Amino acid sequence: MQNNSIQVKGLQKSYKQLHVLKGVDFEVEKGSIFALLGSNGTGKTTIVKILSTLLKQDSGNVSVNGFDVLLKPQSVRQSISLTGQFAAIDEVLTGRENITMIARLRHLSNPRQVADHLLKRINLTDAADRRASTYSGGMRRRLDIAMSLVGNPPIIFLDEPTTGLDPEARKEFWKIIKALSGGGTTVFLTTQYLEEAEQLADKIAILHEGSIIVSGSFAELKKLFPATQVEFIEKQPTLEEIFLAIVGKKEK
Amino acid sequence: MQLLVKKRNKMETTKKYFLIDMGVMIGRSMRHVFRSMDTIITVTIMPIAMMLLFVYVLGGAIKTGTDNYVNYVLPGILLIAVANSVGYVSYRLFLDVQQGIFERFNSMPIARSVALWGHVLTSLVSNVISIAVIILVALLMGFRSPAGVLQWLAVAGILALFTLALTWIAAIAGLSAKTIDGAAAIAYPIHFLPLISSAFVPTQSMPGPVRAFAEHQPVTSIVETIRALLFSQPVGNQIWIALSWCIGIMFVAYTLAMRVYKKRG
Repeated sequence: MQNNSIQVKGLQKSYKQLHVLKGVDFEVEKGSIFALLGSNGTGKTTIVKILSTLLKQDSGNVSVNGFDVLLKPQSVRQSISLTGQFAAIDEVLTGRENITMIARLRHLSNPRQVADHLLKRINLTDAADRRASTYSGGMRRRLDIAMSLVGNPPIIFLDEPTTGLDPEARKEFWKIIKALSGGGTTVFLTTQYLEEAEQLADKIAILHEGSIIVSGSFAELKKLFPATQVEFIEKQPTLEEIFLAIVGKKEK
Repeated sequence: MQLLVKKRNKMETTKKYFLIDMGVMIGRSMRHVFRSMDTIITVTIMPIAMMLLFVYVLGGAIKTGTDNYVNYVLPGILLIAVANSVGYVSYRLFLDVQQGIFERFNSMPIARSVALWGHVLTSLVSNVISIAVIILVALLMGFRSPAGVLQWLAVAGILALFTLALTWIAAIAGLSAKTIDGAAAIAYPIHFLPLISSAFVPTQSMPGPVRAFAEHQPVTSIVETIRALLFSQPVGNQIWIALSWCIGIMFVAYTLAMRVYKKRG
């Protein structure tokens, strides 16, 4: 059981008349990257909010890091960090002040060093003493993630973390997430971008009409499709490849 | 039994850090205040400008029965400074809710009320600073008071209660508003209260219905009380009326704000 960072069984949640989650089951292995896929409005964010103790479920058992979210919310909060859909940064403060603030609230003994270290890790050292309101979308997201990494919580939740990021920033973000998981952190992310799940996730679950309809690794999901037919076609570069090639050259 | 012990332990861990966390929150929103030129102008410069205007432009035409108009007008100016400031409380609370910062705080192992109290106490601290600056300017303009330490303490207490009462009203607006305009709208009726009171002119000069309103709204009793305290006159019933207004409004607004806050969280 302790191999699972997150366990969800029979999770149900309604908003008034709207029955959003109709019995959701899944498990997330320790140190893995888990991607929850689904269209808009299927309840991905609701699941994240329940797992991070912001919302209470109607029924079902949910445990995070071995703690029941209803019985031990404080221990759950001790084990997690949440990066919501919109960058939850303080725009009036500088990047450094944002991170230091979270380090103080996590009662770390050396908030300054923690900030220096994280700023370096997300490549924001140069902009560290500028107000966050002057940051670009990618920088905001990186700061947002860095704030979630303060204190090295064993589990991090990322709710559509790359929505609104440009392709370069997205790739940079993927690198950070892979490194995190390599270091033993469990990553739970929701996304609408199928490529993101394909690139990052050890396990993918698809949420549809209130329950998980399939889950497994990308290789397992691929087997659900009929065998591929081999056809020879000339490979056309995607716009993304062209964009990255041109921009990459210019920077050199 | 075991559960009880565990519960106590849990409570203690958040309690142990409650003051530290509160300090972090106040530090954060004090930075918001000091980095906003707009806030400093509205809360300190504007009231000082109004005081200059009333004393040196309009003062000569207003008959208050005192020879020193600064003395008459200062209590009202102080209340205007407080009233001007609370709009920022709802503005900043609204942004915190909207931008997801509250969600981040609420998913962290800190007491839930800390984020809200941080804003409320910042309102108190920043008003203490702006009121001190305004009183200094008033002293330069010739304001003199025979009040002793106890009377000054009473003035400080009433101003603090007035600030908290208005701050909690602003908190309701900030937490429940759907748009930024809605959050800021609460400021306008509050701005007007000191103007329709005995803060600048005696109520006797006003037409009937306006006078009736002015004499029975909270600001008049608060202004009269502060004035009496500053000039060592008997405070009479006014002080009890003023205290009941402040404490009553604060209690109701606090209860409502907390209810909205818990629903949000």
